[in-house]
Amino acid sequence: MRSEYDVVVIGGGPAGLAAAIKAKELGLNVLLIESREFLGGIPMQCVHPGFGIHYFKEDLTGTEFIHRIIERFRELDIEYYTNAHVLEVAPYSYRHKILRIVTEEGLFEVAAKTVIYAAGARERHMFEIGITGHRVAGIYTAGEAQTMMDIYGVMPGKEIVIVGSGDVGLIMARRFTLEGAKVKAVIELMPYPGGLTRNVVQCLEDFGIPLYLSHAVTRVEGKRRVERVIVTKVDEKLRPIPGTEESIECDTVVLAAGLVPYLKVIEKAGVEIDPVTRGPVVNSYLETSVPGIFVAGNALVINDLVDYVVEQGEEAAMGAYEFVKNGGLPALKWRKLVKGRNIRLAVPHYLADTKDVTIYARVGEPEENVRLRFPEIGKEIRLPFVKPSEMIRVKLKREEIARAKDRITMEVVRDE
Amino acid sequence: MKTRIAIIGAGVVGASIARVLSQYEGLEVHLIERNVDAGMGVSKANTGIIHPGHEDDPEKHPLRAKLCVEGNRLWYQWTKELRIPAKWPGELMVALEEEDIKVAEYYLELAQKNGVPGVRLVDREELLRLEPNVNPNAAGALWAPTAGVMSSPMAAVALTENAVDNGVKFHPETEVRGIKVENGEVKGVETNRGFIEADIVINAAGLYADRISAMAGIDHFTIRPRKGEYYIFDDDAGPKVRRIVHQTPTPTTKGVYVITEMNDGVMIGPTAEDLPEEAKDDTSTTREGLEFVWEMAKKLVKGLPPRSRVIRTFAGLRPEPPDGRWIIEAYDDPWGFINVAGIRSPGLTAAPAIAHYVAEELIKGKLDVKLTKKSRWNPYRNAFWFKALPREKQAELVKENPSHGRVICMCRTITEGDILDAIARMKKMGVRTITLDGVKLRTGVTGGTCQGSFCRVRIANIIARETGVPLWKVSIKGEGTEYGIGDIKVLLRGEEE
Ligand SMILES: Cc1cc2nc3c(=O)[nH]c(=O)nc-3n(C[C@H](O)[C@H](O)[C@H](O)COP(=O)(O)OP(=O)(O)OC[C@H]3O[C@@H](n4cnc5c(N)ncnc54)[C@H](O)[C@@H]3O)c2cc1C
Ligand SMILES: Cc1cc2nc3c(=O)[nH]c(=O)nc-3n(C[C@H](O)[C@H](O)[C@H](O)COP(=O)(O)OP(=O)(O)OC[C@H]3O[C@@H](n4cnc5c(N)ncnc54)[C@H](O)[C@@H]3O)c2cc1C
Repeated sequence: MRSEYDVVVIGGGPAGLAAAIKAKELGLNVLLIESREFLGGIPMQCVHPGFGIHYFKEDLTGTEFIHRIIERFRELDIEYYTNAHVLEVAPYSYRHKILRIVTEEGLFEVAAKTVIYAAGARERHMFEIGITGHRVAGIYTAGEAQTMMDIYGVMPGKEIVIVGSGDVGLIMARRFTLEGAKVKAVIELMPYPGGLTRNVVQCLEDFGIPLYLSHAVTRVEGKRRVERVIVTKVDEKLRPIPGTEESIECDTVVLAAGLVPYLKVIEKAGVEIDPVTRGPVVNSYLETSVPGIFVAGNALVINDLVDYVVEQGEEAAMGAYEFVKNGGLPALKWRKLVKGRNIRLAVPHYLADTKDVTIYARVGEPEENVRLRFPEIGKEIRLPFVKPSEMIRVKLKREEIARAKDRITMEVVRDE
Repeated sequence: MKTRIAIIGAGVVGASIARVLSQYEGLEVHLIERNVDAGMGVSKANTGIIHPGHEDDPEKHPLRAKLCVEGNRLWYQWTKELRIPAKWPGELMVALEEEDIKVAEYYLELAQKNGVPGVRLVDREELLRLEPNVNPNAAGALWAPTAGVMSSPMAAVALTENAVDNGVKFHPETEVRGIKVENGEVKGVETNRGFIEADIVINAAGLYADRISAMAGIDHFTIRPRKGEYYIFDDDAGPKVRRIVHQTPTPTTKGVYVITEMNDGVMIGPTAEDLPEEAKDDTSTTREGLEFVWEMAKKLVKGLPPRSRVIRTFAGLRPEPPDGRWIIEAYDDPWGFINVAGIRSPGLTAAPAIAHYVAEELIKGKLDVKLTKKSRWNPYRNAFWFKALPREKQAELVKENPSHGRVICMCRTITEGDILDAIARMKKMGVRTITLDGVKLRTGVTGGTCQGSFCRVRIANIIARETGVPLWKVSIKGEGTEYGIGDIKVLLRGEEE
């Protein structure tokens, strides 16, 4: 390991790999650090298709998709370590950060002009979604169950209840069924399924798996291992309605209840956090509030599609390139992206008119026949529907951004 | 002739007794535990406070009052010797209303009677300086500077490990099913793994001490479970508290505590709910219990971390004896039988003092066994955490053994080296089944932000490799809690297990 890099990438999932590839192509010297024993991140445990439709214009499995990216990464001969962990990123000066890295070969301290943080997300577990009851064997997050099955070859259980009907929950329901398990039910808190209609049909309906909408798993019971779950109807405010409890016998509970950006390392470096995305606040170069620390992928905002993740990785690399070239990003006039009607979250938070910017956003409520409006710059896009589970991706051109003074509002309005 | 002693139960009480007895010559000590590991009963799930000792009335509970104060003092030394993480932030018993000051004054009186050092009343102004996050409308508090917090799940395993290093034999997965008494004297214990001969049998079976006592013919008491429920927040979630904070007890509730745990996460709890006698296994959390804790804690402090930063909820069961009286006695009939039963709170605090009391007052005093100190006794336990070492030492370790350079638990920065070290120490201690919970108790893995969803499978894989069991069979806490059900195709092959 040399002692100074233009950019150190933390995380070897799709966001980190894409960032490292782009940075290298731009001529920067790059080091990538991955905690686990292999590169690839989450797609390494995804044997189902649905990856790369936009990026490669082909429907690939997670492993096929990531294989292609890793090939490219290897071709470029980028320096990387697996089984290596970044303990700390300490801002040392405006232009330098010191990283403390522990690897099997020893402890290293390296200086980096920029850092791209792409450590992905963690899954929400039973304690933070208010499930009470016994702490017994047979409770897994979807990602853990998937890793067990598809990386280590272990079957978690045979009679399964899945919490959450996002794409992850739906895909896991099908995966368990194909391995001979009985999926007793998928339980969804909201009055509508969280995942794509295509996945509801292909993963549940085709296999006769019941979907309980407006229901919550409130309690897990069992002596040594899960024996049953208690499922309760919820009202419009998502509170359990007493007296509606129902028990479902099962030996396994799989939680697919959403992801949260995993910021452990850079939180300590002092980056500002958006309480809604739970990821960092960033500008249109995907730079955080600590100069030279960029962020991409699920560590930035929870993405539906790996294609967006890769795009963010590349964007962060371009930001790092600008930073290295100019010794920091220039002082710019930043317009704040303001969340208007039915916009629950949106990144980046600050936009400048130096380049085109891709905005990733989610709505709060499903709606049909709407327009997405940016009133200050006079931009409008018609959309047949919006859903909280489907990320909105729009590009704003630099000329458009230049039209706004100090803020750009994004809102969803009904089409009259 | 050696005196053979069987201790039933490797909780913090039984393990403390084993450690104290391991200092003496001429004893053959057996520590018998039905779980896979030490410390998996009451001692695993509690508030972890080393109480200062001003909550017991010496007129009502003289022994408890005395042993608590002594235990507090002993833990200063024991936690250091055994490398059990502990800190001593002091405790504030907060009077939320003006009239609660009277209650605080009553406890000040008890503190004086019990000889607890440093206890005094503080007014609102000083209270807010001692604890900026306390409810700013509180009237004042009782300040007890000697209170501490320790990693209670680690205590019983550390004690047992040290006891074994000093010659005690540990018998995990060994359930006592009967006590043999002949001519009014105990002769040993019947277990699922055969008979263990003993001249003295010490009952430290926690919630089940009534059943063990009945096996020796002493059946005049029952132990009832009293549930306590908790929340733990993520270690980087604030606001936090600096001190141990709780409310002046009322006739209906002792109130909940707000503390910052050893791992830096805020913890709030517990409730106190009496359960029927049959519910000795019911460590489930409930919506009502958790809501109660939330409401009480909100009154006590200005700010709690947001609910979205809760990383764990859990419940523990206190072993409640009749009238709250600890039953620490040696008997004439059967001779050689000792009860250390109904050790409800502050049993963690008092455990070292209880152990000395049992050795000196009961074994030496009442049963007249000569106790001579060994010339060589090792008080230390050699545990370390990679992340707690200075950097040069870390670098050295990685060079010696690359496993120290592989971080497995990212949330808590626990390395494969830490895990391997824990497994090796478990084997040495005599643990038969290396479990995920056993590794968790010793290292803290899976206790952080992600609660194991990143790392549990990797840890299970290390255990599988080190013990030769298939990965799916690695257990969380013993039989019936296996990690999986078989290899990935087990169901498709239509096999029945
Ligand atoms: C069950 C499931 C099904 C999915 N299905 C699809 C699908 O069909 N189509 C699709 O497009 N997307 C799908 N996705 C989403 C896709 O997998 C993610 O969007 C993508 O993996 C996010 O990439 P990332 O690089 O941000 O994070 P990750 O893939 O999570 O990679 C992050 C990497 O960072 C490493 N790391 C973390 N902290 C550190 C540190 N301190 N030091 C070093 N390394 C660190 C981690 O070990 C990990 O390898 C699915 C996800 C899941 C869980
Ligand atoms: C909610 C709660 C909060 C508390 N807070 C505090 C506090 O802050 N400070 C404090 O000082 N104290 C506190 N306590 C009290 C403290 O935890 C207990 O007093 C102490 O842990 C009791 O330890 P023990 O060794 O007696 O019991 P245990 O830890 O239960 O040990 C008994 C052991 O005996 C074993 N056993 C049972 N039957 C058999 C058998 N037939 N054969 C073999 N083995 C058997 C069990 O498996 C168990 O491991 C609290 C307790 C609770 C529940």
